[in-house]
Amino acid sequence: MAKITYIENNGKNHTVEVSNGLSVMEGAIQNNIPGIDADCGGGMACATCHVYVKEKWFNKLPPKNEGEDDMIDQAYEPSSNSRLSCQIQVSDNLNGLEVYLPEKQI
Amino acid sequence: MTNTDVVIVGAGPTGLFCAHQLGIIGLKCEIVDNLDKIGGQCIELYPDKPIYDIPAIPECTGEELTNSLIEQIKPFNFNFHLNERVQEIKNENNKWILKTSKGKEFNTPNIVIAGGVGSFEPRKFPTKSCEKFEGKSVLYSIKNKSIFKNKTVVIFGGGDSALDWAIELSKDSKVTLIHRRDEFRGAQGSVEKVKELQKNNKLEVITKYSIKDVKGNEKLESVEIKDESGQSKTLKTDYVLGFFGLIMQLGPILNWGLNLDKKHIPVNTENFETNQKGIFAIGDICTYPGKLKLILSGFHEGALAARGCFKYARPDENLRFEFSTTSKSVHERLGIKK
Repeated sequence: MAKITYIENNGKNHTVEVSNGLSVMEGAIQNNIPGIDADCGGGMACATCHVYVKEKWFNKLPPKNEGEDDMIDQAYEPSSNSRLSCQIQVSDNLNGLEVYLPEKQI
Repeated sequence: MTNTDVVIVGAGPTGLFCAHQLGIIGLKCEIVDNLDKIGGQCIELYPDKPIYDIPAIPECTGEELTNSLIEQIKPFNFNFHLNERVQEIKNENNKWILKTSKGKEFNTPNIVIAGGVGSFEPRKFPTKSCEKFEGKSVLYSIKNKSIFKNKTVVIFGGGDSALDWAIELSKDSKVTLIHRRDEFRGAQGSVEKVKELQKNNKLEVITKYSIKDVKGNEKLESVEIKDESGQSKTLKTDYVLGFFGLIMQLGPILNWGLNLDKKHIPVNTENFETNQKGIFAIGDICTYPGKLKLILSGFHEGALAARGCFKYARPDENLRFEFSTTSKSVHERLGIKK
């Protein structure tokens, strides 16, 4: 279980508890947090679950999967701290994680 | 105007198998898809990636699955209308009148929406100022490459489309390729070709930059690019091209009077009908408690929706349940000679 904070582009915070094994994307969808579309449902095929990871967390996350950067190329305004939230699996180690949601996903 | 029993919107695996089920129960259908080829996401997103969870098929690619589904519905001779989007629908005397982007019209009691997560459209630049030039000097696809001859072209993107066009246009135009990171995700051969052209000064490559703004009054004059730190520079150019892959948009379906749950259409699980009589939704686009976005779920949904269509297409008949192994009428429809 990890407490994860999703920060909308307008600054609104949502802190929720997400079970281990789910993805950061699923944590947002299950809690109806706006700003993550996840069109493809977690298949790393669409780049609409794009998030910016708070700098101090970025290097603590498991590294990107093969192909993730290719997909991030297609995201809306990618940056060096961009990740696809469907590819970040929640574990106790992620307790306190903060992610920023982009202005939009498409 | 074409009269038919069912119009299927979307030629992905779910739409194709629904067509099969319609053929089996003796109904006719027409299949419309916005893409230029049959197969939907299987063909557009992962033609050569293996799929491992199609029942009884341990492994197949998106392309193989599509080809098998096409083969399976061959006996029915259904028409495909590719490169066409169903633009508007209206209800007249319990029939739906559909009009496509190419002006074709269908008259049908049933519409099956098997649209995945909408129609594929090119992902655009985030920059608002690009809209003014869109379709003229800011482009997301190329229809006629001769317009670029002896012009200056700035291409954004790191995938195959960006690389292929950079290589092709560098023959007759002054091309700059811009990508947000050092690695390109295109085919190895193309990446090497780009590097070679760059070395021979036939092509300029700028990495770790992205678009900031485009400038010009009537005519596009320049494009401003920025790096991660916000440093920017301006390049004079005649054309700006963006290749960032495709996104899926619900498009005109939004205006069809259907209930929507985010980007999905709620359906009942008895026959996958929506809140509109005679409009069914199956596959990734539909939602209901327990929905799984799997191809196999789409097959099940298509089989039931086909039966749902029967009662509106043949209101005076009862549909008898039959097995394809033993039913004579099914064998006739499949053209099986014994």
